[in-house]
Amino acid sequence: MSLDKATVSKIARLARIRVPDEDLEQLGDELNNILGWVEQLNEVDTADVPPMTSVVEMQLPRRQDVVNDGAYSEKVLGNAPDTENGFFVVPKVVE
Amino acid sequence: MVELTHLTIAEARDGLAGGVFSATELTEAHNTAIEAARPLNAMVLETADRARDMAARSDLRLAKGEGGMLEGIPLAIKDLFCTEGVRTTAGSHILDNFVPPYESTVTANLWRAGAVMLGKTNMDEFAMGSSNETSFFGPVENPWRKPGDNRPIVPGGSSGGSASIVAARAALAATGTDTGGSIRQPASFTGLVGLKPTYGRCSRWGIIAFASSLDQAGPLTRSVRDAAIMLSAMSGHDPKDSTSADLPVPDFEAALSGDIKGLRIGIPSEYRMDGLPEEIEKLWQQGIRWLEEAGAETREVSLPHTKYALPAYYIVAPAEASSNLARYDGVRYGLRVEGDDLTDMYERTRAEGFGAEVKRRVMIGTYVLSAGYYDAYYVQAQKIRTLIARDFQSAFDDVDVLLTPTAPSEAFAVGDKSDDPIAMYFNDVFTVPASMAGLPGVSVPSGLSETGLPLGLQLIGKAFDEETIVRTAGVLEAAAAFDAQPEAWWETGQ
Repeated sequence: MSLDKATVSKIARLARIRVPDEDLEQLGDELNNILGWVEQLNEVDTADVPPMTSVVEMQLPRRQDVVNDGAYSEKVLGNAPDTENGFFVVPKVVE
Repeated sequence: MVELTHLTIAEARDGLAGGVFSATELTEAHNTAIEAARPLNAMVLETADRARDMAARSDLRLAKGEGGMLEGIPLAIKDLFCTEGVRTTAGSHILDNFVPPYESTVTANLWRAGAVMLGKTNMDEFAMGSSNETSFFGPVENPWRKPGDNRPIVPGGSSGGSASIVAARAALAATGTDTGGSIRQPASFTGLVGLKPTYGRCSRWGIIAFASSLDQAGPLTRSVRDAAIMLSAMSGHDPKDSTSADLPVPDFEAALSGDIKGLRIGIPSEYRMDGLPEEIEKLWQQGIRWLEEAGAETREVSLPHTKYALPAYYIVAPAEASSNLARYDGVRYGLRVEGDDLTDMYERTRAEGFGAEVKRRVMIGTYVLSAGYYDAYYVQAQKIRTLIARDFQSAFDDVDVLLTPTAPSEAFAVGDKSDDPIAMYFNDVFTVPASMAGLPGVSVPSGLSETGLPLGLQLIGKAFDEETIVRTAGVLEAAAAFDAQPEAWWETGQ
């Protein structure tokens, strides 16, 4: 299948990347090229194959559900574009 | 006086221990070489003063006989590793003002072993590329050129700056990261040893994430012994990475016995692809003969799903990337471009902050994970990944290690493939399958192409059996006796 301009625009919106209208067509061609190439995976019969979840067989470690890190908000905020009173500042989202 | 910038780590270690030169002298020689190598654009940040301080402290420890495994050894660090208080960009505009308040586990391990940081190396943006042309800081040039031809050649990618600076004799070694071939392919393009360990051998904590089920750190060095030394220092269990393997770290250098008598080497038939250049096929056959002459047995093996590894990778890696890169939103760190509202700010920030290849991959990833397409693309790719891993498992029932070419070509000229993403992706056709299965691989410089550029051969091992690929790589290295070096044209300004 092939992505049309409206679908490319929708993907860009989902990915939160602004794409000007005049660029949608070329970007669509690039994405269709890649998607057309990966289509060959459909040749493979995978009916009884489980999807991979981990390349190395291991159990995820467990730990007590307690606070074991933190309390350095200055470091956390140190690279933020805009902060106020120990908070990140974003454009107004609630009227 | 020995040429300090032309030593291996092993030689420098002996020179430091024997008092032939100091860590300060060794570091100063490299600071000078890095400055001279600026035309390569291999470094995005030089940290000469920090290197001097670290070297002075190494000299104190060496004088007291307290030197670590890498005491006083000057290294370059890929700019994907967070370094505390030192700008870390991932080669991206979106992080070009980011100063991490913490140190990655791998670099912390290196500093604990006494290593000295010369600076941060250029790379493809967020490690997405095979030629180091997608960096916000511009392309890196390979120190190698075709004799009689001054056109700039790519160093491979994504660890292109790391490869270039070590091949230019301006750092004794460098760290890289490898998601689908980003250590091994640049090593092949620049005449270096590049080792990607088993997934889980090195902690991923503090390495800026691209595709978390594939990313691994590893070294780029001038000898197999140096790769073994670096790997021992970089590895180890880390509770801060839940996929870090809780296994003891072997002394990889001790694995270099030089003896591969009776070792079973598999030659995967499916890697003999249509259109493989004859000189690569010839080198591969030569590699087989070298290992046989050293007493190994070689036999054909079959990895039937090889051809599907690359397209499956280009679903799995972009899917994980789209998720990992969602964090760059202009709120907590990095670039912010103001907008009319919150969503507009996100969209403008990411449009300006990401380059074309990163945008392409984030959008492919977003699409293949979106409602209605997840099963057809992502789940199918992960099932094929299971089949690829099973192929390797059954091959390793019969053999101990696999021998393949590292890359399907020599290094190409800057600009030659940058307009065709899929042609660029094919650079990794021989490295991606092992990545998809989490297996260790190493590229060993094995010869020169007809046009005079380096070519590597790859050894792939069983999970957590880096010792066997190191041992085999040592034998391959000795047989190939690759001692060609690029001419230092950047020093003479040509």
